[in-house]
Amino acid sequence: MTNLLLFPILIPFLFAILLLFFKESVLMQRILVMTGLFFSTVSALYLVFVVKEDGIQTVTLGSWPAPFGITMVSDMLSALLVTTTLIITFFVVLYSFYAIDEGREKNFYYPAILFMITGINGAFTTGDIFNMFVFFEVFLMASYVLSVLGGEKKQLRESIKYMLVNVVSSAVFVITVAYLYSIVGTLNMADISVRIQEVNQPGIISVIAILFLIVFGIKGAIFPLYFWLPSSYAAPPIPVLTLFGALLTKVGVYAITRTYTLFFLQDISFTHMWLMGLSLLTVVVGIIGALAYFDVKQIIIYNIIIAVGVILFGVSLMDGTAMEGSIYYLIHDMLIKAALFLLIGILIYVTGTSNLREMGGLMKQYPALGWTYLIAAFGLAGIPPLSGFIGKFLIVKGAFQAGHWIGAIAILLSSLAVLLSVIRIFIYAFWGEPKPTPERSKTRYNRMMIPAVLLVTLTVLYGVGTEALVPYMSDAADVLLDPSAYVNAVLKE
Amino acid sequence: MELLMAIIIGILFSAAVYLILSRTLLRVILGTGLLSHGAHLLILTMGGLDGGAPPVIADGVTDFADPLPQALILTAIVISFGVTAFMLVLSYRLYAEHKTDDLNMLRGNDEHD
Repeated sequence: MTNLLLFPILIPFLFAILLLFFKESVLMQRILVMTGLFFSTVSALYLVFVVKEDGIQTVTLGSWPAPFGITMVSDMLSALLVTTTLIITFFVVLYSFYAIDEGREKNFYYPAILFMITGINGAFTTGDIFNMFVFFEVFLMASYVLSVLGGEKKQLRESIKYMLVNVVSSAVFVITVAYLYSIVGTLNMADISVRIQEVNQPGIISVIAILFLIVFGIKGAIFPLYFWLPSSYAAPPIPVLTLFGALLTKVGVYAITRTYTLFFLQDISFTHMWLMGLSLLTVVVGIIGALAYFDVKQIIIYNIIIAVGVILFGVSLMDGTAMEGSIYYLIHDMLIKAALFLLIGILIYVTGTSNLREMGGLMKQYPALGWTYLIAAFGLAGIPPLSGFIGKFLIVKGAFQAGHWIGAIAILLSSLAVLLSVIRIFIYAFWGEPKPTPERSKTRYNRMMIPAVLLVTLTVLYGVGTEALVPYMSDAADVLLDPSAYVNAVLKE
Repeated sequence: MELLMAIIIGILFSAAVYLILSRTLLRVILGTGLLSHGAHLLILTMGGLDGGAPPVIADGVTDFADPLPQALILTAIVISFGVTAFMLVLSYRLYAEHKTDDLNMLRGNDEHD
């Protein structure tokens, strides 16, 4: 089973190809997509177990020795992220059965999702910088298709902007890889890590570090490169928005984390200070956006930006406690954002609008939705028994230990703003005078609630069962803080 | 040779940036084309341009050009070809639906309040 770490990439890929043959049969597509996601989730969970038992798993494709072939590396961080990605996709696809119209389902909606998952899992698992570029293009291409599928006027207008921004950032990615190759002469990430220490060219390596920050910052929406995100995420239908919001920016965050803990360690006071400053500014612009809008989609979308800032602030501290906190927070945020987007999707479905001013008094009619939303909102803000608490607690603790008390206080204050922004949705939509809502099918509402409630339950378990996750999270943080473990696993020195 | 290439790539990048910042959608897409040309030439240049035979194994040849950048460029070319084809069709659909190719007319913040 040395190829185990390829299964979460290959199974969605094979099922996506298989799905292309069943364009017209929606039932067949639904069965196949669920089977594919089920098997890949099982293999990913088993992979987490194997990584826990035996340490970092590596496969160099085609049996070439390590720096010459393409190496796929699964350490605890990437195994956990792959698992989270697949679990979220499973629930979002389940939700799509009731939230997506048949026209989209018949036009390669599910294959596009599976191709996107292939790319995302590949980007999380790869150990080769150019291969990471290729996997980025795989999921970006699928995300272009998903964002424009349906061809509404708004979707066409926003997806061309989304494409343009990503085409430019991909070109910058290629340029950055070219610069890096000219200095270190290798593409294998472990080998790059070794060579960067050997060549001793701090000036040019810092320039490349900042270029990588720009490239992955565009993908991950950090300040000031987040400008494309709010409008282009609001255009596609809710399940697509959920996948984008929960997964795509997190790949950028993962890539920054990986490169800044593996490659760029020779001048931390310069590169990581930039990362820290920008991530705090990201939190600030996210808060401004989240409090400014009366549109439920926009409020949650700006909350994505806040979370990206919080996670990267934790990473930039390069401290054991804060790194562990960042990983907790990263996985928490993927789950809770998916849950929140699914819930506001139901909110938009039952009210027929995304404008908060036109909602009110839904608590009497839809109590289950109201209470689930409230739990998810408290989880997002980080109220202790729920999932957002431990991650932020460790990040703040790490920041105080490192003496960055301004950052720590900013993160604490950001929680208040996050809570305010999501509770405003609760107060406006669920309290007050009932406003007329369109007639909606009760069964469809119930079926849309199932995946949303399951995801919220999962986040609650994640919060309550923190103790059980400690060994996994500390394993993940250890590899990030000690690149030699990664390097040794790949280069087998 | 590398210096000359660097200057040419710089010109390509500046032309690309100028075109991408223009108002017409087609000019923007032409700009992305120039941007990928620049990026591909940059990979070639950064791999080294010092002589050598084509990277095909032949008798009596010891000095080959670096084959790795060429493989990277080939990959990047087909990817940018696919993306450009998609983008051209998308802009065609956009033009058919919105009846304009002026990016200033496609701002569309009206639905948010």
